[in-house]
Amino acid sequence: MADKSRRGFLRTIFGTWFGIAWTALTASAAGMTLGTIRFLYPNALSEPPSKFKVGFPSDFETGQVDNRFKDQNAWIVRIRDPQLGDIIYALSTTCTHLGCTPNWLEGEQKFKCPCHGSGFKITGVNFEGPAPRPLERWAIRIAEDGQLEVDKSKKFQKELGQWDDPESYVKV
Amino acid sequence: MSVGDFIRNSQVWKSIFRHPAPRDRRNRVVVMLTNVFLHLHPVSVRKSGIALSYTWCMGGLTFFLFLVETVTGVLLMFYYRPTLEHAYNDILALRDVATLGVLRELHRWGAHAMVITIWLHMYRVFLTGSYKPPREFNWGVGVILLVLTLLLSFTGYLLPWDQLAIWAITVGSNMARATPLLGYEGPGAKLLKIGDVELIHSGSDARFLLLGARFVGGETLLRFYVLHCVAIPLAVAMLIAVHFWRVRKDGGISGAL
Repeated sequence: MADKSRRGFLRTIFGTWFGIAWTALTASAAGMTLGTIRFLYPNALSEPPSKFKVGFPSDFETGQVDNRFKDQNAWIVRIRDPQLGDIIYALSTTCTHLGCTPNWLEGEQKFKCPCHGSGFKITGVNFEGPAPRPLERWAIRIAEDGQLEVDKSKKFQKELGQWDDPESYVKV
Repeated sequence: MSVGDFIRNSQVWKSIFRHPAPRDRRNRVVVMLTNVFLHLHPVSVRKSGIALSYTWCMGGLTFFLFLVETVTGVLLMFYYRPTLEHAYNDILALRDVATLGVLRELHRWGAHAMVITIWLHMYRVFLTGSYKPPREFNWGVGVILLVLTLLLSFTGYLLPWDQLAIWAITVGSNMARATPLLGYEGPGAKLLKIGDVELIHSGSDARFLLLGARFVGGETLLRFYVLHCVAIPLAVAMLIAVHFWRVRKDGGISGAL
């Protein structure tokens, strides 16, 4: 390109049939590349929703761990807290050691991980095995229809002081 | 030093292109011979070989459509699951949910067009007498490519898993029942037996092998999917390489020798 002015550049890419052909080819190739990348981003997912309702607060008994939503990565627990009274919270079922799923052992009143033996109390606090920190809580609230709604897009970690956040539990 | 010179003098560039730019006759030859893709093509062609009025470029168009089918097909595989539960809904989702799901229409129309361009390509080869010795072997390779293309269309036809697909493949595969010796309703099938035990029955004949079952079902869908996406395209790609190579070795594209 001898003519380095703006007009010269425009004349080069639009001024001849050769230039128009290359410009059209470049533009359509770029368009197809962008379109292909866009195609690979799905518009609909078959994942379970991150927000789901688990029932009314009165459905849960104090001192009980509800296993029904384990497939959705949550235990619903109702306990009597010394300061707050009766509270309900949703614990993540992911072990804080290496990500296995512990089991709730009713007789021993603990969450026990089958992989490396980490143990957690009903509160989710670790007390044995290699797990370095307590289980995480999901956000929980009382929805407009009075049911409890778990929101897995937000998590609360005890060691960061986030369990004091009122979004991390529901007072009954 | 300009940016172009800087790039052409870099080690990366020189490691890819081990020769000067193709500005003289010798380097044009070297470019063709040192590139794995270009070396399938003759170094030089006659003027008539690139005359559109002579070749119609139908072979080239067929190859282009094969590339289109390959690229769109790979993209469609990201959204399509070949199971009874998902297949039909995934096709609907490509139409209704996915952005640019029109790729599926591109794939389908490209397949139709490919059959047409192959037919025109063979017609042209026939009219110009390009099937004659020493090119008779390449005509044979081309006929196999035609059959494989038809099989790609046939196997791809089942994948949408709608009523049209299921019954088309049911009817189509019923022909395999009448295969001589190997189809259980075919001539001579009853001859293949040991004592009173018939070797060819509805659970052991050619149709059963094709469908993976006695009727078109989930097994057939998976089988056709693998044939359509992996087995036949691999065979076609290899034969295309042979086809192009032989065009060069048999004396260049078309025309009298």
